[in-house]
Amino acid sequence: MLRHTFTSMLRYTFKRLLSLMISLAVASIVIFMVIEVAPGDPASFMLGMNAQPETLAALRSELGLDVPKIERYFTWVAGLLTGDFGTSYTYRTPVSQMIGDRLWVSLPLALYALTLSTLLAFPAGIYAASRRGQAGDIGVMGATQLGVAVPNFWFAMILVLIFSINLRWFSAGGFVGWDKGFFSGLHGLTLPAIALALPQAAILARVMRSSLLDVLSEDFMRTARAKGLTQRQALWRHGLRNALIPVLTIIGLQFSFLLAGSIIIEQVFYLPGLGRLVFQSISARDLIVVESVVMLLVFSVILVNFLVDLAYAAVDPRLRARS
Amino acid sequence: MKRNLLFGVLLSAVFLFAAIISFVWTPYDHAALDIPNKLKSPYAAHLLGTDHFGRDLLSMVMVGARTSIAVALVAVGIGMGLGVPLGLWAAARQGTFLDELIMRGNDLVFAFPSIVIAILITAVFGAGAVNAIIAIGIFNIPVFARITRGAALSLWQREFIMAARVAGKNAARISVEHILPNVTNLLIVQGTIQFSLGILAEAGLSYVGLGAQPPTPSWGRMLADAQTLVSIAPHMALVPGFAIILTVLGLNLLGDGLRDHLDPRLRVART
Amino acid sequence: MSLLQITNLNLSIHGFDILHDVTLSIEAGEIVAVTGESGSGKSMTALATMQLLPKGASTTGHILLGDKDMTDMSEAGLCKMRGNEMGMVFQEPMTALNPVQTIGAQVAETIRIHDAAISRAAAEEQAAKTLSRVGLPQDRFPLSRYPHELSGGQRQRVVIAMAIALRPRLLIADEPTTALDVTTQAQILDLLKSLAREDGMGLLMITHDLAVVADLADRIIVMRKGKIVEQGATHTLLHNMQHPYSKMLFAAAGHQVALPKAPPPAPLLEVKNLVRDYRLSRKTLFGPAGTFRAIDDVSFALQRGERLGLVGESGCGKSTLTRALLGLEQTQGGSITLAGEPVFTGNAPNLSVRRKMQVVFQDPFGSFNPRHRVDRLITEPFHLLPKPPTGKDRSRAIDEALTAVGLTAKDATKYIHQFSGGQRQRIAIARALIIRPELILFDEAVSALDVSVRAQILDLLADLCGAYDLTYLFISHDLSVVRTVTDRVLVMKSGKIVEQGVTQDVFENPQHTYTQTLIAAAPVLPDIGATA
Repeated sequence: MLRHTFTSMLRYTFKRLLSLMISLAVASIVIFMVIEVAPGDPASFMLGMNAQPETLAALRSELGLDVPKIERYFTWVAGLLTGDFGTSYTYRTPVSQMIGDRLWVSLPLALYALTLSTLLAFPAGIYAASRRGQAGDIGVMGATQLGVAVPNFWFAMILVLIFSINLRWFSAGGFVGWDKGFFSGLHGLTLPAIALALPQAAILARVMRSSLLDVLSEDFMRTARAKGLTQRQALWRHGLRNALIPVLTIIGLQFSFLLAGSIIIEQVFYLPGLGRLVFQSISARDLIVVESVVMLLVFSVILVNFLVDLAYAAVDPRLRARS
Repeated sequence: MKRNLLFGVLLSAVFLFAAIISFVWTPYDHAALDIPNKLKSPYAAHLLGTDHFGRDLLSMVMVGARTSIAVALVAVGIGMGLGVPLGLWAAARQGTFLDELIMRGNDLVFAFPSIVIAILITAVFGAGAVNAIIAIGIFNIPVFARITRGAALSLWQREFIMAARVAGKNAARISVEHILPNVTNLLIVQGTIQFSLGILAEAGLSYVGLGAQPPTPSWGRMLADAQTLVSIAPHMALVPGFAIILTVLGLNLLGDGLRDHLDPRLRVART
Repeated sequence: MSLLQITNLNLSIHGFDILHDVTLSIEAGEIVAVTGESGSGKSMTALATMQLLPKGASTTGHILLGDKDMTDMSEAGLCKMRGNEMGMVFQEPMTALNPVQTIGAQVAETIRIHDAAISRAAAEEQAAKTLSRVGLPQDRFPLSRYPHELSGGQRQRVVIAMAIALRPRLLIADEPTTALDVTTQAQILDLLKSLAREDGMGLLMITHDLAVVADLADRIIVMRKGKIVEQGATHTLLHNMQHPYSKMLFAAAGHQVALPKAPPPAPLLEVKNLVRDYRLSRKTLFGPAGTFRAIDDVSFALQRGERLGLVGESGCGKSTLTRALLGLEQTQGGSITLAGEPVFTGNAPNLSVRRKMQVVFQDPFGSFNPRHRVDRLITEPFHLLPKPPTGKDRSRAIDEALTAVGLTAKDATKYIHQFSGGQRQRIAIARALIIRPELILFDEAVSALDVSVRAQILDLLADLCGAYDLTYLFISHDLSVVRTVTDRVLVMKSGKIVEQGVTQDVFENPQHTYTQTLIAAAPVLPDIGATA
């Protein structure tokens, strides 16, 4: 029995892992091909219009632009796998190092926002579902309806206006870094995280509520009530875990929205994250950096969806059996 | 509930109307500079105030509505035009390699958030409003493909589809004749939701410079202009911000209202 | 004093009257069956007793369990009663259990919720005992099983275990066997009966199946449109029925039709050594994918003018066989020919074969595209004709088909939602008839209908046999229906035809042990003297 569960879980994981790898392979090809069709040669762009052919050729070979495309693709992928993302065309520093530095801003920001939005959304959604049709529900739903409509970067500007400029609780931009301690770093990311989290929390709360309401009308909830559970007990013991299944999907999707959102939010707060890096690289036509950052973003989205798939199987025993 | 629908229709209509009117009339020329009157808070002459070049914000919001609506509408069109047939096709060939291929392809596209697509396109071709349309449109394809396939799959189980097969109709004909009419409501509702998400996305892309470029007016760019001036002229941020919020709110209420109105049992993936 | 005494119960939901003046009682150890057609209010009576009514319900009257009145008890008080003093079993075992919790946890929950002091281990031990008692011994069905690992009948046993874990005084069973196969049904009914007798429980059984009622109950209550029309001890009521509605109901349930004599036989459908395999997912990580044989070497022939029955329980392969016969599925071996031509010809259907065959499905609500009008719905098979009739010919064909099934030409412009279940089934038959097929497949075509409507449709079928010399294959799990509308019958089990023969012979003298079990398990309506 237990063995059976274990092998089915293993088979499920294996299948998911396989599809994760295929997705990554195809994504890398797509990204590489798109960047490859880019008009203009990075080397000549960097050296300007009047570059000497010899210097140009030297730079091209230094950047690895003189080998066939197929070979360059495999060199790039091999580099990605070993953590060598190549050398930035403009800064002449390893891309992996540039990304590494920025990742320490973007990743904590996305996770911070994800945590905040989950912490806000779960109670709100559960509260609204349990008060269906009552004033509390209508209030929460109205607030989330508004929350869904607010663009996060605009909300960020308003937060800056209120909390940084008027109240001076937070700095209006920049990031102190993690060197001064975990909490001062966290403090620096709080406003951006709130700006990212609130609109997402509104969506998540709505999904939580409707998912719970769906579950509440299931037959097994009536069975639970017939056993003598109160409405509330039935909700907590039987409703929540079943309602979690669609909510997990949304949390997975949210991560990609948070990541995308953080690229924009970083502009509002002048945070030195991946977003700023990618915009600087676009204007400098530093395509190798753009390529790697985009690949990293896509990788993280695919990875999160893989984790969500695994979480499904943990929550829902039927999925383990079906695979 | 009916009130929500009405409110949604009203709000959406206001902005649609403003966008259309802007073709023939705006209070001022939206691009006309008027430095002496710069950064004015709303007052009688400029109902929504002016920006740092003295441009009339009301006129800019009206013309900006055009960009937002056009971008979002075309993006929804791309998503529906490609996503719905793909979804129908995948459902008709359920369980086959083709179905698997379409759905895995969808998953893959889903892994590219629209801003990432916009970054890629901009890196290669340079910035422009068309980037935003393509980026948001591509992102919409898997949304519509998935929702169409999901609804179509359950319809394929129904006996009236079986009856059509017994009547010798092939999968393509059944998809068009029986499946599509029964998923239309769902698509209308999801369409309004993607429309509102498109407006939000367009604003975001224009804000970071990946969308509409000067001189094309857009709400996102107005917010980008407002950013450095927010402490001295908060109305510059509030005006386009509220334009976005109200439009999106209106479309969402419209979508919810339509869903309740068209079919109370309909469920739409709100993502 | 009665165990359960319901007096003058009125129930309305959002202003719609559901129950009027319902008065009934149950003694300890007594089995009372409440029966009636859909909309009779029988299930609502059960839910009112548990006080698990939908939102917007308001009741007057009294529901006394012992000396406690459910109608004016607090919610907290009711929660103490439910599961402890009264338990309930529901219709759909497939959805009645929480899919993400083990069966042990769910049964133990009944025990733990009513006894805060009991340890988890003790509750689980008691749950294991209860599960064994309902026929799920621990060695084969450990507590760690999940619902999806059990069959429908086994799940219903789990639901029963949850309901009786604390030996309540009253057990309410709402259509507990409707979703189950006949052999499983017999086992579950036996189980309920023995539990009620052993524990001295009162059993309130809600069912539409009159044969089950007659078999099981000590007392019968017949309801119609929210009112009790008749009640009495089973034997007395069955043999001395007073109310015309009860008489009609029981007569309809045992309704026999007189089939006209079949025209002289000539071979029509021929099935030879048919095999249909499904691929299964891999059992081990890299092992080979297995196959499941849904149809296993099936051979039979259907003569022109013959009315053939196909019976079997769910999962026996009859749906797969239906789809294969219709040419909708590829088979892995053998052949199906209709008048000498092969039925399946790949993805491009062979219209000349298809037009000789039509089908009527079970679900009167799902068989029609809700967005088309009746004329468009019933003319869909015209697609099969090389030159479909148009204009006047088309409307004449529509009129004729609708009239043949007892509807009128005016119905052609209506939408399907404007018809009742029985009328929809008539429209489905009209759709099948309109191209005058040589063979009609009835796939559980009367299974979703109330008994009185079912009797009418069966009559219609007999009439059509006379008028059109119908040849049909009647697929059903309901033995009593198959018995009356077929000349010959096939019995199917695990993909094989285990027995075939003249219907009368097979039913009266079954040869195969499975057929014997099947017939023995089917509850039989007793002869009801005058009304039969």
